[in-house]
Formats: sequence, C-alpha cells, structure tokens
Amino acid sequence: MSVYGLTFKGIDQVKGPLVIMRGVPGAAYEEVVRIYSEDGREWFGQVLEAGRDKVVIQVLGDTEGLDSNAMVKFTGSTLKIPVSDEMLGRVFNGAGEPIDGGPKIRADDYRDINGAPINPAKRDYPDEFIETGISAIDGMLSLVRGQKLPIFSESGLPHNEVAAQVARQAIVPGKAERFSIVFAAVGLKYDDVLFFRRQFEEFGALSRSVLFLNLANDPVIERITTPRVALTAAEYLAFDLGMDVLVIITDMTNYCEALRELSSAREEVPSRKGYPGYMYSDLASIYERAGRIIGRPGSITFMPILTMPGGDLTHPIPDLTGYITEGQIFLDLDLHNRGIYPPINVLPSLSRLMKDGIGPGKTREDHKEVSDQLYAAYSQGTKARELVQIVGEAGLSPREKLYLEFARRFEREFVAQGFRERRNIEETLNIAWDILSILPEAELTRISEKTLNKFHPKRRIAAQAEGE
Amino acid sequence: MSELVYESKGIIVHIKGPVVEAEGMRGAKIREVVYVGEERLIGEIVRIEGDKAIIQVYEPTGGVKAGEPVERTGEPLSAELGPGLLGQVLDGLGRPLEVIAEKAGGPFITRGIKAPTLPRDKKWQWTPLVKPGDDVVAGDVLGTVPEGSVTHKIMLPPTIEKAKVIEVLPEGDYTIEEPVVVVEHIGGKEEVKMYHKWPVRTPRPFKEKLAPVELLVTGQRVIDTFFPIVKGGTSAVPGGFGTGKTVTLHQISKWADADVVVYVGCGERGNEMTDLLHTFPKLVDPKSGKPLLERSVLIANTSNMPVPAREASIFMGITYAEYYRDMGLHVVLTADSTSRWAEALRELSSRLEEIPSERGYPAYLPDYIASFYERAGRIKVRGRRDELGSVAVIGAVSPSGGDLNEPVTQHTMRYVGAFWALDKDLAFKRHFPSINWLRSFSKYTGGLKEWWIKNTGHDMMAYRDKAMDLLQRASSLEEVARVVGEAALSDENRLVLLSAELIKEGFLVQNAYHEVDTYCSPKKQALLLKTLLEFYDRARPIIDAGVPISRIAEMKSLGLLRRLKFVPEEEFENAVKEAIAQLEAEISSLLAEVR
Ligand SMILES: Nc1ncnc2c1ncn2[C@@H]1O[C@H](COP(=O)(O)OP(=O)(O)O)[C@@H](O)[C@H]1O
Ligand SMILES: [Mg+2]
Repeated sequence: MSVYGLTFKGIDQVKGPLVIMRGVPGAAYEEVVRIYSEDGREWFGQVLEAGRDKVVIQVLGDTEGLDSNAMVKFTGSTLKIPVSDEMLGRVFNGAGEPIDGGPKIRADDYRDINGAPINPAKRDYPDEFIETGISAIDGMLSLVRGQKLPIFSESGLPHNEVAAQVARQAIVPGKAERFSIVFAAVGLKYDDVLFFRRQFEEFGALSRSVLFLNLANDPVIERITTPRVALTAAEYLAFDLGMDVLVIITDMTNYCEALRELSSAREEVPSRKGYPGYMYSDLASIYERAGRIIGRPGSITFMPILTMPGGDLTHPIPDLTGYITEGQIFLDLDLHNRGIYPPINVLPSLSRLMKDGIGPGKTREDHKEVSDQLYAAYSQGTKARELVQIVGEAGLSPREKLYLEFARRFEREFVAQGFRERRNIEETLNIAWDILSILPEAELTRISEKTLNKFHPKRRIAAQAEGE
Repeated sequence: MSELVYESKGIIVHIKGPVVEAEGMRGAKIREVVYVGEERLIGEIVRIEGDKAIIQVYEPTGGVKAGEPVERTGEPLSAELGPGLLGQVLDGLGRPLEVIAEKAGGPFITRGIKAPTLPRDKKWQWTPLVKPGDDVVAGDVLGTVPEGSVTHKIMLPPTIEKAKVIEVLPEGDYTIEEPVVVVEHIGGKEEVKMYHKWPVRTPRPFKEKLAPVELLVTGQRVIDTFFPIVKGGTSAVPGGFGTGKTVTLHQISKWADADVVVYVGCGERGNEMTDLLHTFPKLVDPKSGKPLLERSVLIANTSNMPVPAREASIFMGITYAEYYRDMGLHVVLTADSTSRWAEALRELSSRLEEIPSERGYPAYLPDYIASFYERAGRIKVRGRRDELGSVAVIGAVSPSGGDLNEPVTQHTMRYVGAFWALDKDLAFKRHFPSINWLRSFSKYTGGLKEWWIKNTGHDMMAYRDKAMDLLQRASSLEEVARVVGEAALSDENRLVLLSAELIKEGFLVQNAYHEVDTYCSPKKQALLLKTLLEFYDRARPIIDAGVPISRIAEMKSLGLLRRLKFVPEEEFENAVKEAIAQLEAEISSLLAEVR
C-alpha cells in the first residue's frame, strides 16, 4: 500500500519549511519527495511524520512560492547521493549536485546520506600518529589517523589558516600516500571558501579533494544535509576505495543554528538556549562517522571547525561537541591579540587519542612525559601571570618568576610558528626540552629519572663531559 | 486477496521518529515487546489508549509506512541469563555485536536483526549438585558450569518458588537449550535449562539487604583513601567533557577487586568501546589469572546507535549484574553516561508530549534515577545457602555546560553514597583524576577504619583526616595568595602550601597511563600517604628554628618524595626508607646552618 511513484496534487498547509498533506496513507517515514509548483519550480523534501491521516514533509530550500496547488511526488527512497571516484576534484552543493559546470557523476553506487552506525565491535582502534608539523598539536594534542578533533574558535581568529596548514602538512610518517580531502562549507562566506580553494590549489591537493559548498546565501535547510553528504562521500573514499581522508567541515555552528531553526519550525520543546534536546545525538550521528574499520585500509580523520558564540566554551554548541569528539583544539583570542600564531591555548585543549598514538616506535619515548610536564608548567606560568596583574612582578616569589618566564618562552618559541613552517616531531620535542630546562629539576615531577638522564639538555652535556 | 490477520497483530497508523502508533492492539500490555513493520523492528509498548498502542521502536524507522503490521510477543523486554554472558560485547538490547556484524554482512549496523544474547551451540561442562527426590527452592544451586573466570551457578529461577527434583542430567557437556534438570511443582512438571529470561525493569529478588562495609579496592588513591566506595555501594562521577569520567570508569573496571564487571557504554564514543575491547583481552585479572575480558560483560550502545536503546541498555546491564550477584559474587557495574540515558528518557517523553518539568525532563526523572541506583546493594542471596553477593553501581554524569546544578546531577546526588566531583580547572592543569577534594564526598569512610587497619596495618582514615586538613588549610591560604601573592605569606603558611602541593603531586595525581602508577595497592597507598605527611611534621619545627622556606623547598628529598608513587610495589619499602633518610639528612644540615 505504498504511495511510491505516485504523484499527488494539492497540499493542505505550508508552515515555514514544513508541508502538511492529508489523505496520503502510504507515505514512508523519511522518504524523499519532490514537489513541483505550477510555474515549474522544484523542491526536495523528506517525510518527517508519516500518518494514515496526516503526512508532514520537511522541505529543503526556501518554501517561498509553494502553494496549495503544488504537486508532490513520492520517491519511495531515503535521501541518497551517487558516489564514485569521479567525485575527486569536483565541487558540489549541499545536496550533492555538481556546481562546477562539469558533468554528472557516473554513479558507482547510491548511498543514504545518513549512513549507518559503525558496529563498535568492528572499529579498529586509531593509534597511528599524524605529523601535522605544528608543535602545539604534535607535541601536546597529537592527532591520530581516524580521530575526530575539532577546532574550537571565535570569529576573527585564524581557524581557516590552522585547518589549511594541517591539510597541507599532515602526513602519517612512513606512509607515502597523502591525505585526500573532503571539504564542506556550511553557511560560509564566499571569501572563506575561496581561501581554502586557493590553498588546496597551491599545494596541489585539488585533484585529490572533493568540495561541498553551502554558502551563506544558500538555503539554510541544506546546511542540515551538507555535512551528511560530505561524510557519505568520505565514507566511500575511505572504506570502499581505501583512501586516508581528511574531512574539514566549517562552520559547524551554522549547522547547529540551522538545526535550531528547524526544530523551532517544528514547534518542538527546546532544551538549552533553544537548541533541540536531541542535538547531542544528532551531532553524534555526524561525528561518529569518523574512524577506522577492521579489515579495511582507509580512514576518516575529521577536523570540523566551529565558532563558539561569545567565545563561551560552555555554550551548548561547543559543549555538546566536546562531549562527542575525541578532544578539541582551542584557539584563544588573547594569544591571537598578542600576535601568537597559531593561537592554540593548550590548557583547555585535549586530544583523547594521543596516548596510544605516541611513544617509542611511533614518536619518541619521552613524548608523553614531556607533554605532561609542559601542561603542568604552563598552567603554573599562567597562574603566575594572573598574579602579576594583582601584585605586580615584584610581588612574585622567585619560583613564580621562573614559571612566568617559562610561560612566555613556551608561547613565543613552542606554540608560535609560521604558517608555512613545518616542524617534525624531533624538532618539536627538542624545543620543549630547551624551554623545560630553565626549570629546576625538582620541578620536573612528571618526568622520570630515566627520561631526564637521556633527554635533559643539562644532563646530556654533563654525561658528554664525563665521557670525554 | 484476503490475508489472515492474527488477533495479536495490529496496524501502524502513524510514525514519527522512534515513536509509532498502532491500532488493533486490544489486550496488549504496557512494556510488552512488539515487532514493528515488515522488517519486524524491535519495539516496546510505552502507552495504551483504548485499542491503540504507542510504541517506542529500538531501531531506526526510516521507510516504515502506515498500514504495516505490528506483531505482539506477549513478553516484556527481558534479559537472557545463563552461561555465555562473560566476555560478550552486546548492544543495548542484549544482541551480540559480533553476531550483528555477521548477519549484517559488514561493519555497519543494519535493521531488523534478531540475535539471542547467549550462544545456543556452545557446550558447557555441567556438574550437577542435586539428585532426583531433592526438594529445592528458588535460588538453590542445581549445578555449576565453569564460565570465564567464575564458577557459574545454575540456580532454580525466581519464577519457581518451590519444587521437587525429578530428573537430573549426569555430569557432561550440554548446550543451554538442554533441560539439565526437571522439577515438579504445584503447576506440574517443568524443565529447567541453564538459562532463563528476566524482565529487565524488574529488580531480581533477594533475601535481605545488608549495610555495605567492605572497601571496593579500585587501586585509585584519591578514591580508595579519600572518597571510597564499598562493595554494594553507589557512586556518581559528574564532570564536564574532558574531565576524566570515562578514564575513571575504565580504571575501575580494570582494577576493581570484583568477581564480575558489567560496563555499560550508553550514548558515548565508539572508540572508547574499541579501546576496552583492545585492552581487556590483554590485561590479566589478578584474582583468576585470566584475561580481564573473561570477567566482564560489555554493553555498547554508542551515541550514534538508536537513542531508545540507550534507555534499555542500563536496565539490561543492571539485570546481568544482579544475576551474578545472586550466585554470591561481587559485581561492579559502571555506566557511561547516565546523562545520555536520562536524555533518552527526555526525548521519549517529549515525543509523547508529556508535560516537561525542569530543563525538559519529565517530572518522574528522580524516581527513574532512583530505580537504577536502588538496584545496587549487598545482599543475602536467595535459596538455602548462606551467601552474600553485591552489586556496586558507578555512574558517570555529563552535566551540560559542566554545571553541577542541572537536574540529572542533582537528583543523582541524592541517591548515591559517594560523589566524585570532577573539576575542569584541575583537568586543564592535567591534575588527574580531577576529583575535587573539597566538593566530593563519600558516606562510607566512617565504616572503613577497621578495614584499613586489618588489611594494611595502618590507621589510614586518620592519615586521611590529617591530609584533608592540610589540603583545606592550603585552599584557604591560596585564596589569600591570589590577592597578595605567595611571597607575602609567612614561611609557616608557605610550608602548608608546599606540603599540600606534595600531597597533590605525590598522592592525589595518578597517571592512568603509567605502568606502575596506574594501580596502587591499599598497602602502598597507606605507606605513601604516611610518608608524605612526615614531610610536614619534620619540616614544621625547623621553620620555627629559623630555616627559610626557600631552603626547604630546594631539598632534593622533596623530589624523591614527589616521585615515590612511581616506584613499583616490590621496591617501595626500600625507596621510602631512602627518601626518609635523605630527608632527615637534609633537615639536619639545614638546622646546622642556622645554628
Ligand atoms: N587518571 C588519568 N590519568 C591520565 N590521564 C587522564 C586521567 N584521567 C583523564 N585523563 C586524560 O583526560 C582525557 C579525558 O578523559 P575522559 O575520561 O575521556 O573525560 P570525560 O569522559 O570526562 O570526557 C583523557 O583522554 C586523558 O588524556
Ligand atoms: Mg567520557
């Protein structure tokens, strides 16, 4: 008793992005519909509520111009996009249609844009270090192949630069192949899109990237599909074709706002700040598509960008995201204002998968301890800096002064580096030791005696002197 | 063409996300399991209005249409209980994820898969303990089979109060479908297999609940010493993202001195389950010498899996835990995260258009939370045996915005015996576990004094009070120092800060990823804390004698004390002696200087 393939004339009500029809008893939940107006315009929609007496359809795109004379055709299928290796080097809109003037994709398969959950028992644990060449990330927030690690930023901060630098520099040491890039713009300004395009072009990545663009003036509702379409493409490249895919989606805040708008149009009971109560699960259904799968060579490493409204880490968007992703890279306005690029504040940042991606055989045996010590010392340093505001530098104890100096050098020498500067992990860790060695050894409580002996610059010099 | 419609079949009239309405359901019971649509998706009836039933469906409903059938099963959502649970990885409905993968033919989860929890073809080595003619009551042990790291007791299920044994299969290998015992009771003859089903939302019966008194050793210093939990106790771990909830639960499920561990991953990350799956087979349970996986049941209903099944997963888990408890075992259940479970309830409630209370949660949220934590406890098992079993429950709470004033945290706080408040600022400094010593509590400390003396020879609770006093004094001094600077404090006060710092760095901070530090035995904990406290006791008099604090802070022995925790258990006593000797030597030389 399906209405699959049938076309109905006439709709009962249009309410924002929602279309309500009566007397279509066989509509399937989440089925895609096409709606045609009398003047020949066309919309996409999806069944949100399938009832014997009433069907509610969510329309993608602006519903202006839709009236009760429209025709509705039921397709009997959920939202799918064609996938094939021809996607590489191409540009699509948020619904997965080519917008670069090129031909249609010859589909290898059609895939549901919502994907399906990866069986937790079939995940392969991500534990391969990705060297991004950025010290703050490699040294203290190491990224691993298959991780989802977002950038938490604010408008005006160079998150695009950081993401582009990662895309340009990232390699898995020992692997010859470079990452393919799936880039999705969600509600972005054209300038930002242009920036990424130029970057990809400049480092020769355009032919191994796929772009999905939903610009600021494109339909808000397509912001809901853009990330899903992009990840569907990424899943195909990674798990069918075996590529290592780096997915960059920006700005997820625009996605969340679209979700809120939609929820309020559906008159749902809102949770915090008007965002729907299911936003956590909704975001998880996107972010959890990153990863590795047992027995398949490829991977999806996911670096979404979001801007924190008002720079507030507890705002529902960064908050729910942080509960889902495997850490976060936090960009800091204060560091940026002091001219530090990349303005990564490591203290509120985290990489949850770092522990198994570093160490002997992967990076270096002292990596974990050095990183722990840098965190502890930098946090002391920032505490001392706060104190200076109150009591002045003269009021500090000698120990506090030392930590103040540590923080200054840490920011200037370790965190700060050029947009085009690529440091390997050895270089990164060596800079760390240089700065740590200004502290007395008794302060280096997170570092074992063995590691001190082998890596502490002063001990190394002493050992050398003895040897001579 | 007309089709035969069974009386028990209904017809779908409306689908909205996981909530489906069906008509023709007269006679259906609330909480009855039904199969929805052509694909027979698993659902549970949550409301009945006349002949209409509202169903919560545990699988995605995309593609389901009005007019499709709903089949009734007549049974509530139940757990399969019997040998074969240990070592399994199940979804929230108790389906083995490996079997799902096999049936789905790939790594992605598809719909409509039916997979029983317990393997049907595996044979278990049965040793009968009853013979024909014996009278038995519910909970009596009919026989045993070895399973993983435990001796699995096959008990007369709670549904048969009293019976006489008529037949017993001899010692041998049998599957769980073979009736190992036949009994006769008022209702007639009944075959007893090695497994039975139990409705997950109904607590399993026991004889008597007892006060919990025995420390559940977790090997995590700040927990065991400062905010302990006991066997059969309850605890909540609230904290914003990245504060260490999951690592805390992982640590407990690895190191707790329990017989069985049930880990429920409820609405959290897939890779965290993978992490457990990678480490559990490699780690060895010190008690049994077998891989940890063999004492564990893992439930993985991750954040991208259907939301309604999250709601079921916690009840599924606690039912497994109670079942092993009934064998007279000590069980720990950890749930990450109970907030996702409460949110699943909120989502359902809002779809049912119930009147929302605080932050959109239904008004019955507190009862719901209580119904979970109250299933913890130390009990006398049923049957004619004098055995005790326990279930300890530890739940992570993920408050939105890290704000502990939200409803789930607040209501949870009322029902738990221990509360480990994780602190964002400590986490930012990588002070882990980030359990805030001023905002956490444990109601069990009072009863544990004797336990520590008996098991370690130390009056640990006295050390604890002393350390706590130092930490509290330091905290108020820090407030002052934040305004005037540390340099403006007296040397005496700065020694308090230094000593508290030593307790934080040398005792409270514990690195889960350090091969030695990851676990600390109670004996080592006691000696370590005692030693660190000695620093203050010995340094205090020399301040009065005029030794400046800056010289004390430079002592080499301080570095030794801070790193004592990294010394392995075998070398520990010696290292303590060396550190104390060095401390004494340095103190005498400092004294000599001022004299
Ligand atoms: N006891 C610990 N030892 C070392 N690191 C820890 C410990 N607890 C937490 N961490 C660090 O904090 C990170 C976040 O911890 P996690 O338990 O995942 O937080 P949450 O579950 O609260 O979001 C971990 O990835 C790890 O780096
Ligand atoms: Mg967690």
